[in-house]
Amino acid sequence: MNDNDFALFGLPVAFTLDVAVLTTRYRELQRAVHPDRFVQAGEAERLLAVRQAARINDAYQHLKTPLARAQYLLTLHGHGLVVENSTLKDPEFLLEQMELREALSEADSAALTELQSQIDARVLALVKALELGFTVAQPDWPQLQVTVLKLQFMHKLRNEAELRAERLLGM
Amino acid sequence: MALLQISEPGESTAPHQHRLAAGIDLGTTHSLIATVRSGVAETLPDAQGRHLLPSVVRYTAPNSAPDVGWEALAQATEDPHNTIASVKRLMGRGSDDVRALQARMPYEFNLSNIRMPTLRTAGGEFSAIEVSAEILKTLRVRAEQTLGGELTGVVITVPAYFDDAQRQATKDAAKLAGLKVFRLLNEPTAAAVAYGLDSGTEGVVAVYDLGGGTFDISLLRLNRGVFEVLATAGDTALGGDDMDHALADYLLQQAGINRSDMDAKDSRRLLRDARTYKERLSDASSVAVEVCIGARAVYQGELTRAQFEALIEPLLQRTLLPCRRVLRDADMAVEDIVQVVMVGGATRTPRVRSAVEQFFARPPLVDIDPDKVVAIGAAVQANTLAGNKSGDELLLLDVLPLSLGLETMGGLVEQIIPRNTTLPVTRGQEFTTFKDGQTAMALHVVQGERDLVADCRSLARFELRGIMPMVAGMARVLVTFQVDADGLLNVSAREQFSGVATDIVVKPSYGLKEGEIERMLRDSFEYAQVDVLQRRLREQQVETDREIAAVEAALAVDGDQLLSSQERAGIETALAALKQARTGDDPIAMQDAVKAMERAATDYVARRMNSNIRKAMAGHKIDEF
Repeated sequence: MNDNDFALFGLPVAFTLDVAVLTTRYRELQRAVHPDRFVQAGEAERLLAVRQAARINDAYQHLKTPLARAQYLLTLHGHGLVVENSTLKDPEFLLEQMELREALSEADSAALTELQSQIDARVLALVKALELGFTVAQPDWPQLQVTVLKLQFMHKLRNEAELRAERLLGM
Repeated sequence: MALLQISEPGESTAPHQHRLAAGIDLGTTHSLIATVRSGVAETLPDAQGRHLLPSVVRYTAPNSAPDVGWEALAQATEDPHNTIASVKRLMGRGSDDVRALQARMPYEFNLSNIRMPTLRTAGGEFSAIEVSAEILKTLRVRAEQTLGGELTGVVITVPAYFDDAQRQATKDAAKLAGLKVFRLLNEPTAAAVAYGLDSGTEGVVAVYDLGGGTFDISLLRLNRGVFEVLATAGDTALGGDDMDHALADYLLQQAGINRSDMDAKDSRRLLRDARTYKERLSDASSVAVEVCIGARAVYQGELTRAQFEALIEPLLQRTLLPCRRVLRDADMAVEDIVQVVMVGGATRTPRVRSAVEQFFARPPLVDIDPDKVVAIGAAVQANTLAGNKSGDELLLLDVLPLSLGLETMGGLVEQIIPRNTTLPVTRGQEFTTFKDGQTAMALHVVQGERDLVADCRSLARFELRGIMPMVAGMARVLVTFQVDADGLLNVSAREQFSGVATDIVVKPSYGLKEGEIERMLRDSFEYAQVDVLQRRLREQQVETDREIAAVEAALAVDGDQLLSSQERAGIETALAALKQARTGDDPIAMQDAVKAMERAATDYVARRMNSNIRKAMAGHKIDEF
């Protein structure tokens, strides 16, 4: 019954999901198998509990965020070869990345706030694109792979912006 | 007593018997033990009514029990070399680390063993683990005398930011003290439990924990009894002691003397005085201060609260950096935090409270004694784990505090498990041979956030042996890294091509090697007084009873549903053999029977686990798509 991570939580295989439902079911499952429940049990049962709880944690990580979920779905459908440095042949996107990165390295805190909201907007747009892309009857897998790659780039950029913000605060 | 537990097959042993369990806060400056009695979690005082036990151990002579606690503390100034305080700072540390700490500690170290430095005292040489074990033993005796029975197990708290070596050292100390550890629990999680159960809070809570020697900040999401740690950060070498040191340094500067002009006794006294001034300044706006060499006061003056606050400001700023980082790691903003909980004696300092209030834009909770709150939370969890309370009410999900990685070519780190991953966690990684006929491989596991091995903490080197000789690149060794709920790493390996499990030799970078703890147990003073075999037998009896009770309880619940009569008969046979072994006095035979029991029940155990999962998901239909 739990051959894929969606089924483990009793959810349909789909990009769009209710994170609140996922989280509730995650907690119910952890209550059932967490090693803390088997402190008094035998060695074998304790080890099995650790394995099961780890499996459930893993599955939850795969589904919790849109990026992870999209990556997992691609893998599940046999299109998972999205390697970080695989070439992305979209000059417009690459140029925009470079510009954002440059702006980031020079930004003062006002400019940074503006940049961060730009990045957030792009993340949101990419997630929307994934939602549409995964829902159609015949998904365009190569296109989805590209979108996932772009989202990865944006997440990285967002982290860098946060690090920059910390540095600007003099920390 | 044990014979009474033998019951007819299918009849469960008395499950409602209250099992004695305790929570222990093993702190840098002091330690506490707490338990749940009549539904109330409370710390246990000693015969003089004192709840805190100073984490101080004084060794006076070889082969005699050391003084622990207040008596030891009273002698700390007179006998600094033999009186060990703040030993928690040395837990899981190697000789290189100690070299850096040495200047501030008045002890004589033996640093010849890189893995395990020892302290030279009048009682002999002791590792930090052995010193900590003395503190734990004292607490154990206090609890067992108060409660009138043996503890079945304990929950011991550790700073969330403790790495693998520090956690393992804590667990080893417990073993040495004769305690069964149900769980190592992170201090902030324990504090959240203590507060959460009272207030019924839901939402994200921040726990700011500034103890004597360590600082942690954690974000937890509380939801109907589930405490989920979202992120944790901190500094294992920052605490209230540093305020005392900062103040002592300032006083020395005012007096115009060097620390080297003072002997260990003067130094100790100055530190003690600095702490007293700090504590008085929590209420007073200024205090009279002095610096003494021997009986002579070389400096007298006045210190205002404002001056003191300026001195500790850099330390407070250092605590705010991890605060910012946990927010980022959990993808949260200050506005998302519904409550801030204060833990640790150092949070009594008013400036600490106001700095935290400024950062989180809300007054922090301080209702529970910040010295006791961690032990109280640990006691609640210990009571649950002992089975005195239905486990449905409380579930604590902790995270890995520091990323785990492997050394690769050129001294670089390849991350295997990122920090703040919920525990337990398992990650597999495949490796192959690069030479024809290669039969062994070495892995170096490190913990930390940096890219270079040299900047991370070395955990252990693992040697995989007995790989079948094959052409280079043909062998596929799947190495599984597993971190359990205590935050401790376990590594196993299997050659995929032959399916053969690979032998692993673990060489920890710090702490004890396998078997060393047994040797320490045998060598210890108390141990010499008890018959070794007797103790071994007693431990195995407890283990055997636990196994018998577990199997009988399981069979009573679902033996009929999950087992065919033939399968059940197989398990009953093993159970009968186990009970038979229990009536004898051979620990080896008992151990073998336990192993046989576990083998016989392997399938049953797996089915039970699956059935648990099914039950948890009952009512949720897979919405067919």
